[in-house]
Amino acid sequence: MSKFQFPESITSRPVYGTLAPRPGKAHLMIADAEGAEALLDLAAQDAGLMAKAHILYIPKGTGETYVEKLRAAGPAQLYIGPSYAASVQRLRRVLSDAHMGLQVYLAGTEGLMGQAMNEAVSAGIPHSAIQTEHRGSTARRMQCVHCKGITEDVTTDPFVCSHCGLNLFVRDHYSRRLAAFQGVCIDAEDPGEIPPAKELYS
Amino acid sequence: MSAAPQKARAGAEKIDVVVAAVVPVNELVTRFEFRRPDGAEFPPFSAGAHTVVEMHDEGRTRLNPYSLMSDPGDRSLYAISVRRDDEGRGGSLYMHRHVKPGDAMTITYPVNLFPLDLRARKHVFFAGGIGITPFMAMIAQLEQSNGNWELHYACRSAALGSYADELRGKYPNKAHIYYDDQEQAIALDDLLSGQPLGTHVYVCGPKGMIAWVKTRAAALGWPDEAVHSEEFLAPQPGAPFEVRLCKSDLVIQVGEHESLLEAIERAGVDAPFLCRGGACGQCETDVVELDGEIVHRDHWLDEAEHASGKKIMPCVSRFVGKTLVLDR
Amino acid sequence: MTIQFNNETFRDDYSFRNSPWAIKRFPFPFHEDSYMYSVNMEQHRGGPAGSVYEKRFDVDEHYLSEMRDRAIVLAEDPLRCQSLPHMTLAGWDTLELIMTCKAEDYPDLFELHRDGNRWRWINKPMGIDQSFTFLDETTLPCGPLEYITRQTQGDFAVLDQRDEMLWMDAGMVTTQADWSLDFDIGMNFFEWHAPVPLAHEMGIFQRALKFLLNVQQGAPARRLNWTMTVNPLLDTSPENYHKWGVQKTTLTPENIGAKQHLRVELQTFFRLPRSNALLFPIRCYLIAFQDVVSVPKWGRRLHRVVRDLPEELATYKGFIRNRPMMIDYLSRFDDGLPTSPGVWPDLETEPPLQK
Repeated sequence: MSKFQFPESITSRPVYGTLAPRPGKAHLMIADAEGAEALLDLAAQDAGLMAKAHILYIPKGTGETYVEKLRAAGPAQLYIGPSYAASVQRLRRVLSDAHMGLQVYLAGTEGLMGQAMNEAVSAGIPHSAIQTEHRGSTARRMQCVHCKGITEDVTTDPFVCSHCGLNLFVRDHYSRRLAAFQGVCIDAEDPGEIPPAKELYS
Repeated sequence: MSAAPQKARAGAEKIDVVVAAVVPVNELVTRFEFRRPDGAEFPPFSAGAHTVVEMHDEGRTRLNPYSLMSDPGDRSLYAISVRRDDEGRGGSLYMHRHVKPGDAMTITYPVNLFPLDLRARKHVFFAGGIGITPFMAMIAQLEQSNGNWELHYACRSAALGSYADELRGKYPNKAHIYYDDQEQAIALDDLLSGQPLGTHVYVCGPKGMIAWVKTRAAALGWPDEAVHSEEFLAPQPGAPFEVRLCKSDLVIQVGEHESLLEAIERAGVDAPFLCRGGACGQCETDVVELDGEIVHRDHWLDEAEHASGKKIMPCVSRFVGKTLVLDR
Repeated sequence: MTIQFNNETFRDDYSFRNSPWAIKRFPFPFHEDSYMYSVNMEQHRGGPAGSVYEKRFDVDEHYLSEMRDRAIVLAEDPLRCQSLPHMTLAGWDTLELIMTCKAEDYPDLFELHRDGNRWRWINKPMGIDQSFTFLDETTLPCGPLEYITRQTQGDFAVLDQRDEMLWMDAGMVTTQADWSLDFDIGMNFFEWHAPVPLAHEMGIFQRALKFLLNVQQGAPARRLNWTMTVNPLLDTSPENYHKWGVQKTTLTPENIGAKQHLRVELQTFFRLPRSNALLFPIRCYLIAFQDVVSVPKWGRRLHRVVRDLPEELATYKGFIRNRPMMIDYLSRFDDGLPTSPGVWPDLETEPPLQK
């Protein structure tokens, strides 16, 4: 079980739930890595749901671990993609033809869920109607508030902005629009004084 | 921090108006058009807004909300349409029987509890009977801004279809009318199944129609945030009851045909209010003592608050029992 | 009314100064000798003649210099002014509100001529004479929100009202106390206030939200907020924090009177008619400590407020590291005498410093 217990935090920090079947004619599921476990748990709750589901799955480091199990769950469509970026065009195409009543289920890393949610919201589904369940890595997408660049897969605090090189501390303040947490210069007031990096949530 | 702290006045700001026209629309519905006495422009408003009309009916002051049906872009007049309700508390009867062109009246600035969601790619309207009124304004606003809309309007009969001919004439492809007496029914499930993402649904009409649309939408997977409704909650009459206002140190009697809020006002106590229809939360009042049952009729408090017996919305709710003491 | 407009800077050489007029009318925010959060809303319906509360949108001696500073900020970072697509109508509402109020309240400085939708706006101090068609963006050099807020002091957040909630869906933010519009745009009321310590647990935001959702047309409201800034720097943005943060370390007992500034936000709330959105202007007023203490009551009070403020608030407001120095300085202006309730200077009745 790869479900992480996030510590309680500020109101803007997203809180993820547990996927549950909802009424609707069409179901769109997007997951990465261990997020497949959440989709399989969902299938166990309602096998009939899968027959109406379109799954976009990005295995990342988990390789073949979940692919056959997802196939065996009997989704109407199953796409295995090499990366989230490669799958975005397909996702947009599916959303462009979808009707109100489409149920969207997101599972896996915060970065995947945040970005996929943005696509669905841009297409016209209210964000609070989209289900999310976290599984797997707790690495964050971080936006440097100074240069606006996003650094992916951040696991330490502080960290170095992959765009402008500033040392940034990790805030829990989160922007749905950017699908990223905020990183702020850690040594602005004491230039050069950078505390040793600690693992997030340690 | 000001030298003379300003207390908020109950209700929205008022506008003095003159009745410019009283136009019977059909046997039950009459349109009232207002202009400002100095010829000044009315404040602009957002479609879906209502105004609260003040009526002085034989010593009793009534304040009734009515949707503004006029074009928000036309600031020379405000128009409302009132359906005569012979079983009601008398507000609509007063309007129909006593209001004449030339009369001076007082109405409020517009208040909007039923706005358009301007992010929507498409707006689908479901209207029942007099519920057509807010949509008249919405359609005018969306036509101005090239918005994408569609109307499904259920009327009892052609004779009672207020503005149906006008709408169908102007917008033959977008306004769909259904007459109950001709067994024409809105194919709701079909309509709700094929809408593109980014569509918002709005329903205004009788309680049953609103419940029907909301239930079917939920069953078909629509998110709550995309389904909007406005119900004209007139305070329902009920058995008279007694209330003690502990702050004002008064005991008041609430009559059969007046709301608790109206009784409080009649006693000279200044209680906050806004919509007068159980939807906005402004009149929320704390219950200090309760021996009996509150009859909740509002859409503001949640289930837990209704069950707790600690809060009441005096604009629409009533009480049955021995003792009710309120923090007013 | 004639205002003498300053030619001053809010960066580099920091030539900003408050005249005696500006000091006397400064919106001192503390009505008692201690501070804690409250839903301190009141009606925005005028105030004492000459005060910052009198007009709906206050214009003062810093007007032209503030607008120059805003233009510099925007040239460096256009992301400080953004408007989500559905908020254009609210932008027009804002333009109409500011133009009509300023033309009414300062007829010597601003004029608005309207012929149906054909409008002509004259801004004499800024030398602007603009004819345009109301509701037609193609007839203005930029969107309506940006257009009018480039000519109006203070920041502006435009809040869409949906689902019993307020959403920060547009804004012009160049004089902020350390928050980013680019990051926060799209957030709701609770989310953008998430970083504020203690207030959520106190229920402040729940009550404030309820109040704001019910602000109606023709009945605006206002409240005050405050923080501290070293140097009269308006652009204390997170975006530039890596450049200005270090200024906090340049404070000394000798320069603190001139460099340490009390920064007060006069926040107002207007219901916008056509969009039903809520306009949230945040007007920033700065005053150097040495000018604050020139009003004896304010000197006494500011010392007590800063000394007794809970540590979380001093940290969140960004001045925890300089607090000891501030208390040292301010204590020289506190003779322990009682202070009158309320924010006004009360120069006639409050005694001069007895030390």
